[in-house]
Amino acid sequence: MAQMLIANRLIDGRVVFRAADGNWVTDIDAGQLIDDNAVADSRLADARTDESDNLIIDPCLIDVAALGAAHEPAVLRESIRAHGPTIAVER
Amino acid sequence: MYRYDEFDRTLVSERVAQFRRQVARRLTGELSEDQFKPLRLMNGLYLQLHAYMLRINVPYGCLSSAQLRALARIARRYDRGYGHFTTRQNIQFNWIALADAPDIMADLAAVEMNTMQSSGNCVRNVTADHYAGRAADEIEDPRVWCELLRQYSILNPEFSYLPRKFKLALTGSPHDRAAVAVHDIGLRMYRDEQGRPGFEVIVGGGQGRTPAIGKTIRQWIEPRHIILYVEAILRVYNLYGRRDNIYKARIKILVTALGIDRFRELVDAEWEQIRATGPVIDDAERARIQACFAPPDYDRAAAGDDPSPAAGISDPAYDAWLRSNVVAHKVAGYAIVNLSLKAPGRVPGDLAADKMERVADLADRFSCGELRINHRQNLSFVDVRRRDLPVLWRALSTLELATPNIGLASDIIACPGLDYCSLANARSIPIAQDLSRHFADTDKLQQVGSLTINISGCMNACGHHHVGNIGILGVDKRGAEFFQLTLGGSADENPSLGDRLGRGLPQADVPAAIERIVDAYLALRGDDETFLQTYRRVGIEPFRAVVYEPQGTTRQVA
Repeated sequence: MAQMLIANRLIDGRVVFRAADGNWVTDIDAGQLIDDNAVADSRLADARTDESDNLIIDPCLIDVAALGAAHEPAVLRESIRAHGPTIAVER
Repeated sequence: MYRYDEFDRTLVSERVAQFRRQVARRLTGELSEDQFKPLRLMNGLYLQLHAYMLRINVPYGCLSSAQLRALARIARRYDRGYGHFTTRQNIQFNWIALADAPDIMADLAAVEMNTMQSSGNCVRNVTADHYAGRAADEIEDPRVWCELLRQYSILNPEFSYLPRKFKLALTGSPHDRAAVAVHDIGLRMYRDEQGRPGFEVIVGGGQGRTPAIGKTIRQWIEPRHIILYVEAILRVYNLYGRRDNIYKARIKILVTALGIDRFRELVDAEWEQIRATGPVIDDAERARIQACFAPPDYDRAAAGDDPSPAAGISDPAYDAWLRSNVVAHKVAGYAIVNLSLKAPGRVPGDLAADKMERVADLADRFSCGELRINHRQNLSFVDVRRRDLPVLWRALSTLELATPNIGLASDIIACPGLDYCSLANARSIPIAQDLSRHFADTDKLQQVGSLTINISGCMNACGHHHVGNIGILGVDKRGAEFFQLTLGGSADENPSLGDRLGRGLPQADVPAAIERIVDAYLALRGDDETFLQTYRRVGIEPFRAVVYEPQGTTRQVA
């Protein structure tokens, strides 16, 4: 399964994914799928630099499946991070 | 209500200014995350799954209408239009930006609220009976002692780096509505043989991965001594509590390891030393605080009202609400009214900003501008004239806050669970929603009677599952959510920890399992027996049988 870099943005805590151009984006479908372990390690090292530069917190690699153009984390916890709570918000 | 004096105002505003500088230094990189994290936690700011979460203290659950309106403004301006009331009489916002946190804290300070020590290894928000000062069964209002303990423990340098977090709860009534036996220190008021009010001191209770019912360290102590006695306990804990293992750092582990008798010896030795020389509570300061909790000017004419609260209204839904949600007040002609945040399908404890404002308006109109938050995630108006009950009921009904279910099966405690919390293993809220819809029928609810169902999404037990009559614990089994049931827990004056029923169930099977447990109880119960009484009489086996061997079917198991 492919991997993707996920983190929280420092300034507002929002969940972000690393895109191919190195930017951090809130849309998981715009995140870069990484199939190669060596590339994944290299991107994680880049993400740690972004962490040192105070852009993001706690970067890590998660397993993500590609369903056409959509990306879906393999684990429920990361799916909830990507898409928000599974429940309707109080109105 | 307690009102800040000049000292409180200065302390809180200086803290806000300090945190503003800390956030600025973090955003410029002057502080690393490792350096900053303990600072934000000491101010109640967590990083959760989706964003920062801010936990705001509501000391011993007392909130003014002006404060609730300020919370509504914060929800709307800085969050997503709602807040979550917790099992520790706090409110949490889930979608906070770090850059906004100092402004939010300044807005809170303007209405005499703060977030200090709502996280971290220090003394947390002091909680209490939410009917304090009003309950018909109360001996004395404990809030003056709550406030003194709050002031004593806030920014107390000696107790700012305890081995682990520390929770205090107080009740002035023999009937415990504050779950004092599952706190690090619980103080329960009762009268000694001479009729003098004092506190029983209970220590080493708690939930989490190693649940424990607290043990009585002192049968009775004069209230004026409790600050120093609590200090003695904190000192022994600070000295001997474990710091090498986070899972063994709570005071309950120390009390169990030493034994309550040895622990008591150490505390008493400490207390003997400090009671002669320690600070004495200044009478004038105590009187100032006590005056803050003076009851309102009650309408003495209300005592002459028709004592039948149903006067002038005939509606079965109103009758059900009166039975479940309205509680006796110590003043004739008045009542305590509980607002249920557990309408069928709702998220337990969540309240939208618009409703906060409507509730604040109703508090002004019907309850002297004050309300309470309780540890079961509901709200209370504590000074309602009985003659106003029909009008208030209609107003609350339109807001979906009059579900007649307080203390009944659909009045479910649920932690935020995996929908929000970075510690959770499973979702709590969807289970609570399923069950509350399942028990939406008022007749069935009333037939089942007193029943607490508590749900936690992980073993940290924020949802109090250990002390639910029925507890539900979410666990992760190879990437799937499963739910373990416990039966027989109780957080009242006869506390008990639930017994584990058996292997975990998938989410889809939980409502049916609860239904079978409830049906078994209805078949087994004696006259007027509650679920808990029946369980204590018959034990777990009849319930195990109906859940795991229903007509010989095979079930999916974890």
